[in-house]
Amino acid sequence: METLREKKEETKKPTTIRISGAEAIIHCLLAEGVDILYGYPGGAIMPVHDELYKFQDKLTHILTRHEQGATHAAQGYARVSGKVGVAIATSGPGATNLVTGLADAQIDSTPIVCITGQVPRHLLGSDAFQETDIIGISTPVTKWNHQITTVEEIPEVMAKAFYLAKSGRPGPVLVDITKNAQFDELDFSYEHCTGVRSYKPVPQPNLEAIDTAAKLINSAKKPFIVFGQGVILGEAEEQLRALVEKAGIPAAWTILGLSAMDTDHPLNVGMVGMHGNYAPNVLTNECDVLVAIGMRFDDRVTGSLDTYAKQAKVIHFEIDPAEINKNVTADIAVLGDSKETLNLLLPKIKENKHEEWHNTFKEKYKIEYDAVIKDELHPTKDGLTMAEVIKEINLASEHKAVIVSDVGQHQMIACRYSKFKQSKSNITSGGLGTMGFALPAAIGAKMGAMDREVVAIIGDGGYQMTIQELGTIYQNKTPVKIVVLNNGHLGMVRQWQELFFESRYASTVLSNPDFVKIAQGYDIASKRVSERKDLKASVEEMIASKEAYFLEVKVEKEDNVFPMIPSGASVSDIRLK
Amino acid sequence: MEKQWFTISVYSENNVGLLNRISGIFLKRHINIESLNVSKSEIEHVSKFTIVVNTTKDWTKKIVGQIEKQIEVIKAYYHTVDEIIYQESALFKIESHLLFDERQIQNIIKESNSQIVTVSRDFFVLAKTGRRHEIDEMHDALEPYGIMQFVRSGRLAVTKEEMPISKILNESYQEK
Repeated sequence: METLREKKEETKKPTTIRISGAEAIIHCLLAEGVDILYGYPGGAIMPVHDELYKFQDKLTHILTRHEQGATHAAQGYARVSGKVGVAIATSGPGATNLVTGLADAQIDSTPIVCITGQVPRHLLGSDAFQETDIIGISTPVTKWNHQITTVEEIPEVMAKAFYLAKSGRPGPVLVDITKNAQFDELDFSYEHCTGVRSYKPVPQPNLEAIDTAAKLINSAKKPFIVFGQGVILGEAEEQLRALVEKAGIPAAWTILGLSAMDTDHPLNVGMVGMHGNYAPNVLTNECDVLVAIGMRFDDRVTGSLDTYAKQAKVIHFEIDPAEINKNVTADIAVLGDSKETLNLLLPKIKENKHEEWHNTFKEKYKIEYDAVIKDELHPTKDGLTMAEVIKEINLASEHKAVIVSDVGQHQMIACRYSKFKQSKSNITSGGLGTMGFALPAAIGAKMGAMDREVVAIIGDGGYQMTIQELGTIYQNKTPVKIVVLNNGHLGMVRQWQELFFESRYASTVLSNPDFVKIAQGYDIASKRVSERKDLKASVEEMIASKEAYFLEVKVEKEDNVFPMIPSGASVSDIRLK
Repeated sequence: MEKQWFTISVYSENNVGLLNRISGIFLKRHINIESLNVSKSEIEHVSKFTIVVNTTKDWTKKIVGQIEKQIEVIKAYYHTVDEIIYQESALFKIESHLLFDERQIQNIIKESNSQIVTVSRDFFVLAKTGRRHEIDEMHDALEPYGIMQFVRSGRLAVTKEEMPISKILNESYQEK
């Protein structure tokens, strides 16, 4: 570690205590303000779990039913609280089970620290029992990782792990600790890491670029904002709202930007991307200035790059220099923390209304409402739609719930129709598209925001990928609300099969068990709804419940999510049916 | 965009695992590393990677961005062949009797400015340092006579423009 050259806070030399490496890990976690972590014990991490037992009054270890669940719970906790989520697992299979959560956190910029046990140093490389090269395996899906083989490294590496996970563009960090380093003793003292010399978390804002950006925004006739999770991570929600209101610019969100701005704000024009709203997608190709804030032009947002906003000047506000010109060329790049750069921009912005331009969005919304939204929210057919379930949840929770969605059709519907007043309320697997994310992430979200209602919206496919976490809910009496929108299919894949594979439903039809009985087995209050007349009261009963509640809603089997930009098509070729 | 030869210079902390992290960036984008050299640099405790790739400028820029993003990377640069001074080294192992049987080989040795590193009863070894095409030409000249073994090093390059690593490191310390 001597080569890493961290900058440390210059304080008086702290007093030291003689403790084991395992106990040192607990002290590091406490020093970083951790009070809850998610994990699963096993041979190579036993000394740490033994210490967790001794420190259980200060640090709660939530035993998940699978290590993947631990990572998603840590993610849910981090996303709702803005703090670093922590997961812990043993070596070998325990460590490899973390990989999906790490990859998810990496692509969705979620700060988590994962701690894995490792075989003793003298057995490294010998193919020992439960030895796996988790450093090699996790390298592409971590912001940073490190293997500790000597006890003395623990405080420094742990401090660095938390600093790197949270600073700059956040991400997952994995620390692998050999068993000998957990047993050995050290003279422990702890100093927070405040910098690493080779790492620049936040680029210095370029005032000239901000000036040019302001001029361009002020002279624009048809400006358009697309914001992403960078606004939430940078806690720039107020600045975004101020910009939107002052300059009178319609603003749309990426799936991870959802909840950064009140969904009922008159200038919030909805979601961009594959299943986003009609107006913001079509008008992306009509605006004259596109202001992208804290987003990365994912292919699900842009569709074909060859036809994406070619007519517009693009201003890209972004913390990560590697994102600039990666997918879409920026005419002006404003590097830096979104809150800082928007604060510098705001005084230079002139007041404006752009009423005519805003009316174009309203006209396009009307087209989408008539073609899609009306029938989704107020269906006249017998079968229940996913959207009307979301609508009832919005009403019952008064737009205050944290919505944790899984991946697939229900996710798109949940994001399209959920209403939010408060930031950090939409938790979903955006970049990786991890089925099975929602149930464990909802557990973490609830524990990270105990005063808030947390509702998981899950499909019948994804639910069964991490259904074992019902055990975690049962054991901890976690009052999360679980809604399974059951259409008996892997709905999104089935939709693609219908549209692009001549309705050959290869491996997308599910024969499902009785989900209500399963919930009952875990002593979770549960109900099944299959008729519209029972929906409202059931959702209200669920929201009113002080305990965990499982609600299965049998929805129409072969509904499709529209609008839709077919893969590789232009945003302006979005289909309404 | 046309493919070109680029030499990427990466200044980094000397840390186990960083090579894996950097090579993964190329692997993920299916870009072949044509040559790779890792050594110490002009600054104490700072390592230098010299990586040669044949790809478009656009990809090279993006790769350099991703490399710089790695925590332990201080700074990464890319340069075209015109912007660097470089050398590569090669060793040729050849049967000793050819030195006497094939007089042309002696001319090749003289003309290529290569050195005889060792001579034994069975084989001799030639060392050649130069630009890529010089080594290629020597290889082509010797090939008809039979080369027992051939190996070429990664590119070693210094740039014509300054790469102000010390300055970056000093600034990084002063910020805090």
